[in-house]
Amino acid sequence: MAEAAIELKGISKSFGSVRANRDIDLKIAPGTIHGIIGENGAGKSTLMSILYGFYQADSGEIFVNGERAVIHASSDAIARGIGMVHQHFMLVHNFTVLENVILGAEGEPLLKTSIAKARSELERLERDYGLEVDPDAVIEDLPVGLQQRVEILKALFRGADILILDEPTGVLTPAEAEHLFRILRQLKDEGKTIVLITHKLREIMAVTDNVSVMRQGALVATRKTAETTVEELAELMVGRRVLLRVEKGDAHPGDFILSVKNLTVEDMRGVKMVDDVSLDVRTGEIVGIAGVAGNGQTELLETITGMRKAVSGTVTLDGAPVELTGEADPTDLRRRGMAHVPEDRHNMGLVLPFEENENAILGYHWQDKYVNGPFLDIEAIRRDAQGKIEKYDIRPTDARLKTANFSGGNQQKIVLAREMEQDPKVLIVGQPTRGVDVGAIEFIHKRLIDMRDQGKAVLLVSVELDEIRSLSDRILVMFAGRIVGERGPDATEGELGLLMAGVEEKEAAE
Amino acid sequence: MSTPYAKLPAWADYGLIPLINLLVAFVVAGLVVLLIGENPLRAAVILVDGAIGRGQAIAYTLYYATSFIFTGLAVAVAFHCSLFNIGGEGQAYIGGLGVALVCLTFDSVLPWWLTFPLAIAGAALFGAAWAFIPAYFQAKRGSHIVITTIMFNFIAASLMVYLLVEVLKPAGSQAPQTRTFLEGGQLPKLNWMLEAVGLTVRSAPLNVSFLLALVAAFLVWVLIWRTRLGYEIRMRGHSPKAARYAGVSEVRVIIVTMLISGALAGMMALNPVMGDQNRLQIDFVTGAGFVGIAVALMGRSHPAGIVPAAILFGMLYQGGAELAFEMPGISRDMIVIIQGLVILFAGALEHMFRPSLQALFASFSPRAVGAEAKQGESA
Repeated sequence: MAEAAIELKGISKSFGSVRANRDIDLKIAPGTIHGIIGENGAGKSTLMSILYGFYQADSGEIFVNGERAVIHASSDAIARGIGMVHQHFMLVHNFTVLENVILGAEGEPLLKTSIAKARSELERLERDYGLEVDPDAVIEDLPVGLQQRVEILKALFRGADILILDEPTGVLTPAEAEHLFRILRQLKDEGKTIVLITHKLREIMAVTDNVSVMRQGALVATRKTAETTVEELAELMVGRRVLLRVEKGDAHPGDFILSVKNLTVEDMRGVKMVDDVSLDVRTGEIVGIAGVAGNGQTELLETITGMRKAVSGTVTLDGAPVELTGEADPTDLRRRGMAHVPEDRHNMGLVLPFEENENAILGYHWQDKYVNGPFLDIEAIRRDAQGKIEKYDIRPTDARLKTANFSGGNQQKIVLAREMEQDPKVLIVGQPTRGVDVGAIEFIHKRLIDMRDQGKAVLLVSVELDEIRSLSDRILVMFAGRIVGERGPDATEGELGLLMAGVEEKEAAE
Repeated sequence: MSTPYAKLPAWADYGLIPLINLLVAFVVAGLVVLLIGENPLRAAVILVDGAIGRGQAIAYTLYYATSFIFTGLAVAVAFHCSLFNIGGEGQAYIGGLGVALVCLTFDSVLPWWLTFPLAIAGAALFGAAWAFIPAYFQAKRGSHIVITTIMFNFIAASLMVYLLVEVLKPAGSQAPQTRTFLEGGQLPKLNWMLEAVGLTVRSAPLNVSFLLALVAAFLVWVLIWRTRLGYEIRMRGHSPKAARYAGVSEVRVIIVTMLISGALAGMMALNPVMGDQNRLQIDFVTGAGFVGIAVALMGRSHPAGIVPAAILFGMLYQGGAELAFEMPGISRDMIVIIQGLVILFAGALEHMFRPSLQALFASFSPRAVGAEAKQGESA
C-alpha cells in the first residue's frame, strides 16, 4: 500500500478540561474518499480544524504524504496541499467567482494580470474535473450548489491534493447533493484524496471508500464502507442500538383545526417569501413541509405563530382567525393552544445564558402557576423544571445550570418539554432535530408521534427529507415560497427531490 | 462545534477577577506616577489614607459612593436589557430639578421626612421623563440610545443653565442657583452612624440618601431576578428574538427599562441637592453619571457588585482630592487617569485575565469549573 496521504498519530486536544480529541490514530489512503462520521460534539470538526491549522493539538503528530508536518496556520495546511470546504461558505458575496478564487492568492501587485492567470487556470480545472461555473458570475446570484463548487475550485486553485469537506450537503437539494458526489468521485479518479465529514449515514454509504466513526472525542472504529452497514455505523456512533426509522401506527385524523388560506408574506425589501400558500392540518395528523432551506418555510412558520406580519391571507386556529396584520401576539396564540418549537433554537427558542429553569417557562412565564403578582414564583418554576427534566430525560439533571452548557439534543428537549407539556391543540415544529445527536433524534421522533396519537395537530417543517418521510402523514413541498406539491407518506425521495428543486408538478409526474 | 466550556466558581468570578483587574490598574497607574517623578508607594498611602484613614474621610467617601450607587444601578438596569444608557448625567441633572421643585414648594410647610418621599418621587419622575424621550425613539424608530442619551446630556445642561439663570435664581442674586432650602428641604446627616462606632467626623455631607441608595440596590436585585418584569428585561437583553418569540413586547420593555433607569439616575440628585448643598446649583452632577458606567461595568451589573464598586470610586474621588492636595506634582488630572485605568481594566479589559485564570482553575480542580457537567451530558 502506498504512503498514507494523511496520517494522524496520537492526536489529543483539550479545551479546559473537556477532551475534544483523545489519542486519535487515523490513516487516510491517497486517492480515496474517506468519511468521518459522528454525533455533534464527537470531535470531528476539532480533528479537522487541527489538520487545517485552526487549532494546535496538545500532543500527537501529523504526517502528510509520509512527511511529518507542523501545521500552525491554514497557510501551512495549504502549502502541504490540504484544502478545506467549510460548512458555511467563506465567500465574498458581491465579488465574482474569479475574484473569490484569487482572494488571498492574488500573487501579483496588479489585479489584472493575476485575474488573467487565474482565468486560464480556472478553465483548466473546470475541464479536468467537470466543475463548470461562469467565472464572471457574482456569487450572490449563484445557487448554493454552485457557491459550494466555487469553494471547491478555490481549494483546487491553491493546489490542494487533499480536500476536506465539512458537512457539505446541509444546504443542498438531493439532486445537488448527488451532483456533488459525482464531482467528488471524479476528483478521486483524478487522484485527489477526499475527507468527508458528515453526520448523515446515507451519504457515507453512497460515496465513501472507508469510514471512521468518532464518539466522545475518540475514534472508535474504521471500516471499509463496502463491509459495513448503516445499522452498524449508527450503533458505533451512539454506543448502543438505535432505531433509525420510527415505528408508528396509522393516523386517525379528525377535524380541521389549523387552516392557512392564500397566505402571502414579504420580507423587509418587499420580496415575496411566502406566496399564496394554503394548507390545512387536522387533529391527529402530522403534516410535513419539505423543502430546501430558504424557500419560505421559516417565514411561513413565523407568520402562523404570530411573529411576523402577512401581506394578505388568513390563518384560522380552531375556528377563530389569527391576527396577521396588526401587532403580533404570540402570547394570545399560546393561550389558544398553539405551541411552537422554533427552527432557531439558539436565538429564539432559548435564551442560552439563562438557567435551564428560566428557559423552561419562556413564553409561558405569565401563567398563574409561575407568578405571584408581579413576582416570579421561583420555587414553583424550579420544581416544574425539575419535573420536565425527569420526564424528558434531560441531562445533566440540574435545572439551575446555564442552558448554554447543555448539548444540542438536550437543549432541544428543553424546548420540546416546555411546548409539549402545555398540552397544546396544535404543535408547530421547525427543524426538530437540527444539530441533535442520533440518540436524541429517536426520542424526539417518538414524542412527536405520541403527540399525534393523542390527537394533536402537528405541522412539521424540516430540511431533512428522511425526517419528513418517516414522520409525516401528508407531505407538502415548498419551493420559492409556494407549495408546489402534496404527496403521501410513501412518496419516493426522488419524487420529492424533484419537487424541492422546483421542477413543475407535471414534469415531476412524468 | 460547541464552544468548550469552563466556568469559574462564583467567588473567583465576582471577587478574584475584579481584584486582579484593580491591582493591574493600580500597578499601571503607579508607573505613570513614577514617570512624573513621584513615589508611587507614597502616593498610594496618601490616597488610601485620604479615603478611609479617618472618620471624616470615610464619611466623604460614602457620600460620593451614594451618588455612584444610584447612577451605577441606573446603568446596570439598562445593561440587563442590553441598552447602553449614557444619559445618566443628564437624567440626574433633570432629577435635581424635580428635587428642587419639591423642596422649594414644601420646605416651609412640611418636615424633612414628609418632603423626602415627595422629593424621591420628584427626582425619579423627572429623571424618568428625561430618559423617556430617547427610549421612545429607540423603541419606535430604532434611533440608537447611545447617541440620543448622550445628546440629551447636552440638552439637559443647556436647559438647566437657562432655568437657573432665568427662572429659578432669586431676584438680585449673582449666582446661578436656587435659594437655599429651609429645614424641611434638608436631609439629616449620617455622621452619627460613624461616630457610633468610635470615629470622629467634624462635618461631612454623608446623609440619609446613602441608606436610600442601599435600599434601591436591594430593590433592583429584586426587580431583575425576582419579578416577571425583570425576567422579561433580561430576556430582551440576551436575545431580542427570544423575547419576541415569548410574546414580550419589545417597545414596552425598552421604554419601561429606560424609565426605571432614568428614575434611578434622577434619584442621585437627592444626595447632593437635598443632602448636601441644599440648593440646586449649576453642574452639581459633576460626572457622577459617567462614573456610573464604570461602576456598573466593574460591578458586573449586579447590585452586590455595584455597591462595593461605587465605594471604590468614592475612595478614588475622596482620596484623589487628598492626593492632589498633598503631592503638588499630582494634579486632579492624575486622579482622572487612575479612574480611567480602573475603567479600562475593570470594564473594557474585563475578560483579559479570565482565560488564564480558567486554565489555572481547570488544571488543579476540574470539578470547580463545571467540567463534569460537560462530560456527563453525552452519557
